Amino acid sequence: MKALVALASGTLFGMGLLLGGMTDPGKVIGFLDLAGRWDPSLAFVMGGALCVTFPTFQLLRLRGRPLLGERFYLPTRKDLDAPLLGGAVLFGVGWGIAGLCPGPAIANLVFGSPEVLGFVVAMIAGMWLRDRVATKAPPGASNAPVAAT
Amino acid sequence: MDIVVDLASWTRAGIGGAMIGIAAALLFSLNGRIAGVSGVLGTLVLDRPAGEAPWRGLFLAGLLLGALLMSLLRPDLAASTLQTGWPGMIAAGLIVGFGTRMGSGCTSGHGVCGMARLSRRSITATMTFMAAGFATVFVMRHVFGAAS
Repeated sequence: MKALVALASGTLFGMGLLLGGMTDPGKVIGFLDLAGRWDPSLAFVMGGALCVTFPTFQLLRLRGRPLLGERFYLPTRKDLDAPLLGGAVLFGVGWGIAGLCPGPAIANLVFGSPEVLGFVVAMIAGMWLRDRVATKAPPGASNAPVAAT
Repeated sequence: MDIVVDLASWTRAGIGGAMIGIAAALLFSLNGRIAGVSGVLGTLVLDRPAGEAPWRGLFLAGLLLGALLMSLLRPDLAASTLQTGWPGMIAAGLIVGFGTRMGSGCTSGHGVCGMARLSRRSITATMTFMAAGFATVFVMRHVFGAAS
């Protein structure tokens, strides 16, 4: 059942990404290009999503556990640290270069573009590289806990 | 500033966003999981916790299935205009992967789910990567680039 939920959620997510215009790098750059002809559409994607997730997530917090599972899997950290900020800066730079973030990049694979496939493979390599660098760093300069975001 | 006013596009964006929101709300309310694509993928490929491969794989397969379904329903919307060539795509992919792993999330995990939980880390990360995205496009298009 949980597997079915994951498939349904992913499918709805992918449909929303394409309908919202997120899978088109041109549309994304149009949104990020404030100084050009600014296309604010993608702000409505984030806004539309938050209109649903904000009330739902807040209500669920009162319930304490998910309907099918035993607990919510949430990140435990609360502090703002350098990896969070540095990682977000890097991610934003890459997003600005290609106009692709992880979800839309994967959904975009249905168009069969070799360059996008290259982006996704490079993205996985980048994640792997981060782990290599992080585990070589001295203790204390730690990686975030496993809790997935 | 020159703003593109396209009500049809804004409406589709809002509806598409709501669908993403419902997808994230489904996964969280039923399975207790955050629909953060970089986290789902990174954990599937690199951390490989026991027993979690099926739901992670199915969620990612769903992204493809959903995009395929929507592109069949609305072939007019199935556009993908690449903004950079091979070197840019590979470099951007590497940076996005490294950055999302380092910063514990991307647009979906931090932006759609974390902000809804009012997580201080996610709100900060979202503001940061948005600002970095705006700055990068400004530099590429208006400082170095010839494009308008």
